[in-house]
Amino acid sequence: MTTKFRSDQPVNADFDAIRARLANKSGAEYWRSLEEAAGTPGFRSYLDEEFPGMAAAPLSSVSRRNFLQVMGASLALAGATSGCSRQPPEYIHPYVKQPAELVPGTPMYYASAVLSSGYAMGVLVESHMGRPTKLEGLPKHPASLGAADVTTQADILNLYDPDRSKEVLFNGYPDTWDTFIAQAKGALDNARPKGGEGIRLLTGTITSPSLTAQIDAFLAAFPNAKRHQYDPANRDNAREGAKMAFGEYVDTQYRFDQADVIVSLDSEFLCSGPTATRYSHDFATRRDVVDHHEGDAAGHGPSELVRMYAIESCPTNTGSVADHRFSVRPSQVEAVARALAEGVDVNIPSGELGLSADQAKWIAAIAADLTAHAGHAIVIAGEHQPAVVHALAHAMNHKLGNVGHTVIHTATVDPHAVNHTASLRELTADMAGGKVEFLLILDGNPVYNAPVDLDFRAAMGKVKTNVHVARYADETSDLCQWHIPGVHPLESWGDARAFDGTVSLIQPMIQPLYTGAKSAHELFSALTDKTERPSYDIVREYWKAQNLATDFELIWATSLAQGMIAGRELPSKDGLVVKNSLVGAYSAPVASSAALEVVFLADPYLGDGSNSNNAWLQELPKSLTKITWDNAIFVAPRTAQQLEWQDEDVVEVSLGGRSISGPVWIQPGHCAGAVTIHLGYGRTHAGKVGNGVGFNAYAIRTSTAPDIATGATAKKLGGRFVLARTELHYMIDGLQEDVTVRRGLVREFTQAEFNADSGIVHEGHHEPEASNTLLDPAEKKWDGYAWGMTIDLNKCTGCNACIIACQSENNIPVVGKDEVRTGREMHWIRVDRYYIGDLDNPKVHHQPLPCMQCENAPCELVCPVAATVHSKEGLNDMVYNRCIGTRYCSNNCPYKVRRFNFYNFGRTPLGQHGARALGNDNFTAPFGQDLTEAHVVPESIKLMRNPDVTIRTRGVMEKCTYCVQRINLARIEGKKSGQDIQDGVIVTACQQTCASHAITFGNINDPESEVSKRKLSHRNYALLGDLGARPRTTYLARLTNPNSELES
Amino acid sequence: MNKMSTAHKSYPEALRPVGELIEGKQTYESITDSITSVVLERPNPPGWMLMFVIGGMFTCIYGMSLVYLFAAGTGIWGITMPVAWGWAIINFVWWIGIGHAGTLISAILLLLRQDWRNAINRFAEAMTIFAVACAGQFPLIHMGRLWVGFFILPYPNTMGLWPQFRSPLLWDVFAISTYGSVSLLFWYLGLIPDFASLRDRAKNRFAQLAYGTVALGWRGSARHWFRYEMASLLLAGLCTPLVVSVHSIVSFDFAVANLPGWHATIFPPYFVAGAIYAGFAMVLTLALPIRSWYNLKHIITARHIDLMAKITLATSMIVVYGYAAEAFFAWYSGSEMERTMMWNRIFGDYAPAYWALILCNFVAPQFLWIKWFRTNVYGLFLICQFVNVGMWLERYVIVVTSLTKDFLPSSWGTYHGTFWDWMTYLGTIGFFCFLMALFVRFVPMIAIHEVRVTHHKMTGEHH
Repeated sequence: MTTKFRSDQPVNADFDAIRARLANKSGAEYWRSLEEAAGTPGFRSYLDEEFPGMAAAPLSSVSRRNFLQVMGASLALAGATSGCSRQPPEYIHPYVKQPAELVPGTPMYYASAVLSSGYAMGVLVESHMGRPTKLEGLPKHPASLGAADVTTQADILNLYDPDRSKEVLFNGYPDTWDTFIAQAKGALDNARPKGGEGIRLLTGTITSPSLTAQIDAFLAAFPNAKRHQYDPANRDNAREGAKMAFGEYVDTQYRFDQADVIVSLDSEFLCSGPTATRYSHDFATRRDVVDHHEGDAAGHGPSELVRMYAIESCPTNTGSVADHRFSVRPSQVEAVARALAEGVDVNIPSGELGLSADQAKWIAAIAADLTAHAGHAIVIAGEHQPAVVHALAHAMNHKLGNVGHTVIHTATVDPHAVNHTASLRELTADMAGGKVEFLLILDGNPVYNAPVDLDFRAAMGKVKTNVHVARYADETSDLCQWHIPGVHPLESWGDARAFDGTVSLIQPMIQPLYTGAKSAHELFSALTDKTERPSYDIVREYWKAQNLATDFELIWATSLAQGMIAGRELPSKDGLVVKNSLVGAYSAPVASSAALEVVFLADPYLGDGSNSNNAWLQELPKSLTKITWDNAIFVAPRTAQQLEWQDEDVVEVSLGGRSISGPVWIQPGHCAGAVTIHLGYGRTHAGKVGNGVGFNAYAIRTSTAPDIATGATAKKLGGRFVLARTELHYMIDGLQEDVTVRRGLVREFTQAEFNADSGIVHEGHHEPEASNTLLDPAEKKWDGYAWGMTIDLNKCTGCNACIIACQSENNIPVVGKDEVRTGREMHWIRVDRYYIGDLDNPKVHHQPLPCMQCENAPCELVCPVAATVHSKEGLNDMVYNRCIGTRYCSNNCPYKVRRFNFYNFGRTPLGQHGARALGNDNFTAPFGQDLTEAHVVPESIKLMRNPDVTIRTRGVMEKCTYCVQRINLARIEGKKSGQDIQDGVIVTACQQTCASHAITFGNINDPESEVSKRKLSHRNYALLGDLGARPRTTYLARLTNPNSELES
Repeated sequence: MNKMSTAHKSYPEALRPVGELIEGKQTYESITDSITSVVLERPNPPGWMLMFVIGGMFTCIYGMSLVYLFAAGTGIWGITMPVAWGWAIINFVWWIGIGHAGTLISAILLLLRQDWRNAINRFAEAMTIFAVACAGQFPLIHMGRLWVGFFILPYPNTMGLWPQFRSPLLWDVFAISTYGSVSLLFWYLGLIPDFASLRDRAKNRFAQLAYGTVALGWRGSARHWFRYEMASLLLAGLCTPLVVSVHSIVSFDFAVANLPGWHATIFPPYFVAGAIYAGFAMVLTLALPIRSWYNLKHIITARHIDLMAKITLATSMIVVYGYAAEAFFAWYSGSEMERTMMWNRIFGDYAPAYWALILCNFVAPQFLWIKWFRTNVYGLFLICQFVNVGMWLERYVIVVTSLTKDFLPSSWGTYHGTFWDWMTYLGTIGFFCFLMALFVRFVPMIAIHEVRVTHHKMTGEHH
């Protein structure tokens, strides 16, 4: 610690005194003593001398050394200095394990939360020397249960994004917070006599109780002011559906762990939205097959699997794990829902639904199955499906008696739930009508993502004062007078509620990286309070006022340590009655053979575009298409055939007189007659990474049909737009499917088949004996620990969370679009996707593929310098320092899990369109470029890196290590305590974050370990086992539970 | 000579040898004159100038590609995952293959007492050395971290580490360095008497000194000749296994790997045959124009050309047998992987390369059954170019088709060489031409004393 204060300047005598005082302090006392020390005039003057004016300078302009110095000092003091001004102590509390003192090199873990569409996602923050480096799920948080989805984990990169806005801007020029507050207060004071008429707030979904209270107080002070809400990927349909069914907005939670039959009406509940992690977990518990070989003496057969029917337009991950998947046009889902509702005796007006005989047949079968499992079924509607589908789903759940068992209704988590589209429409009308004097936009980027028919951009010009508070100076900031840099949830105090109402406390893990940044709490305080209060005080005082317990200090400290305030989840709302005249008569959508339907979906990773500048998410291959760095116009093979489109053809989609153009992607399983387009691309002010990536689908998205639009036309423009994909061959290439089946890469059986003969998994696939090798058997003895892994294909949903976990844990660089196109992505774990069967509705298989850690590793024998060697625990270790980069190991790896650093990927930053400074397509570039500049890494990114994992250089092969740093840590701890490493102590990053618990890791020499038991299962098989490489990672075959009535 | 003529009668008409090993009325003097004059009188025929200038230009381009390669990384090439080996390795194997003819001609044909080798062995050996020099650079520059490339050598070090002796790449290091040094030695040994001739005939003081130095005091005494003959024989004996071993070991780079299409026992013999095939084609490619530029048609005669063309034809048939055997084994193995690989090689994404290879290595050489093509320099030169391209394509097909589609379809990829792949490859060809140009200019390109031996055998003339 003290080395951080070393300086070239003469050592201040006071500093020595401080150091003396700090010596021998420990634990919680440590923090307090630092703060006390910081409070002394001597120390403060030392700081001034050491970092004169440093805190006020923008970070972008400081050198790395200075940066680390100032970070080191300010982080160690954890809030003790802010611009070298005195700040009252704010205590944060480490989670569970509190080291005796902060040991350099030993991370601390704090419970906190990040936001997902405004909802809290509980996280455990790994913090190294005051630098948060990784976000993992918070074990007790209901939305997480220890796992975290892709965007939650990738939020750490958003924190360190070098493109974040760094200073207050006024008309694009740097200004100060004080000037802003003076002006804003002036404007508010002018409006005060009229009760704040002309003042408008535009926010997204806010679940924070303390911030809501502040906003309410603000609105109380200005009764004529109005708050509007707008999220482009909002819950309007679900809310209106609830209103249609019950007459009021309610939130609905589902208990997938209780369900025997699930019907998804175009819902992507497993991989989308703030509940996906929890639902994946719950769903997987009903896909957990334990066969009697897995060390169960009682020898009971597999437990009953859940059966899922997915009725969907664009293939989803949810549909890919369903037992039955049906492809229907998006507008036809309502007809299916009506037929299904009729099938389960919901009283709705009957009418001609226009369904085919075949469709009627499977609907009847599903309805029968639902009825047979009444009380243990779930019907769930997709967020983008219209309100009527949600209302019908509610009616079915009520009719089937699922409510209270598998379906729970609560009051809305957002206390001010509104219809976002209507709210924005009202605001825009006011703005256009000149009624808005002062507009405060909190987060959000409406200029980019508002429905195009509202023309928000033009309305902005009619507003006298626009203020935008956001982490990026984006498209909206560009049109605002004032831009205030926002804070990241890891930089500020706050609170938020999870999907079930659980309150998370958000603790700052680091001082705001850029000094101009202000939290929403601070902003409202500055606008309404006499003196601006820090977020800490605001949040703390809010909760103090809630009378949580008699001993507030105790409950506060406990809640911080837990990351949650206990007992705040919303009670279930009983006694809701489905209205009699639920829905009107069916009016079929106007069918026209030439017209297409358009489905707008938030991008699974970039969301509504707010994550556009996150390079991890840009480069994360989409589960099914494996496209990175772009969006595309997804069409069915049949539609493409009809329109004579090929993959990557540039086409124009016109809707209501507006049009966009983009590349076509033919998506097997997509419904015919519709296109699906993802939002969140085509940004112009996202930052270096996100600018110009993809095309902007908001340009044709209107407020009247924000999710599913009909009557679109499309035409081929000519030309091709090359997409960067990580899997090049797919089912249009017939060879792929044949090979997949013949080689037994993914194995799937019905539960009935498996129960009849569990040997079916291995039928036709020969795995040679361990002794069947020319290598010296003495080399292949594993008598200590022997690490192994199983991946349960029955549980994997292909959500990709493991890829981001690995990227974050192992400092894996992003390579950019051009390099992905060449095939040089660096992910150590990938999730392979295989299509099998009918082109129009194929079966989809997901298969996560880390390094297999083969016992007879083919890579090891061919490395001329022995840079990849076997450890005695059976790990295939990669010695980066020894590697000379012949790449022979990769050629000889049957699984192709090795990754080569062709350029200095860890060091060359991404520029426009995610392009590398040194690309290989454009060979003229190097001569026109400053090579030295091209090799500069953004300073802030360095802070994010996991110090336990080496940064690999150019020309070195790298690959999955089974998180060897975690194994080593456990071994060291084990040696210190003199105990063997217990099962479950070592958790790899991918395993840790897997909501479905598909990945199991442990010592296969220990017969009691979880992984050993799983390897005994009859479902266990080695990928390409016939090669005799003896992979330590094995797979558990997938079992399905199809409805026998639909099988024929 | 008469004896030879009678023996020819047993050949079918089409294959009957043409011409003589030395043509025209020659004396020892005239032979020595025509060879040494190339070096001493410095005629600069336009063909040579072209070769020198273009070769030099591409040598510079090569240097530039290397600078960029070392500055930026191997990413400037088209290599990727799963195709981690690309043009660098293809070019390496191609050059090594070309480098085989020299030693074969010098060593094996010497041991087999094939006198016709005498006119072409010097030339072929030089070509070998330059080809090996080009080949040897590729494994080095294709390394991700050249600056620690010495890790591959088994030297005592503070890390206490040996290289991995199981790796074929390590075997390559030994095979190529041995081959390179023995070839160089053999070449130099043969040059000593000729350097002495040049020393004696040179009028320029500097040339006298330079050739005198490299002639190592050769006086042409009987003892010198005795030792020379013995050393030649020993080196020839040493070289003979190397001809077979080097390309066998290079083939192990593929055969030892477990990749379908690489993991095949046919590789060593088939690679060696391919190497000889490629080597003879390259000797012809160079000999045909050079003998015409320097009016050496009486020493490198139609007979030589005819014989080399026949060897090319014979080895082509062995190579084609290899292709057939590969395809047969893939089918006969019953292995799904092998069958898919072969199907993909013949009909997949890279099928054009495969069929071009068949055209170059199977169809084109068939014309050599016709005497006209063996004796017409233009026709033969054209066929040799097919062979040069074909042998490059053979390695391209092996490397690329196997790597692009191996075990897991999810990892299947595509591969294309980039601009810098081209520049590096053309750069080495330029470098090779540049060295050849220097060689014919400064070193007697034909072994004077050995041609005189042939002359002696044919005419019985005494000094």
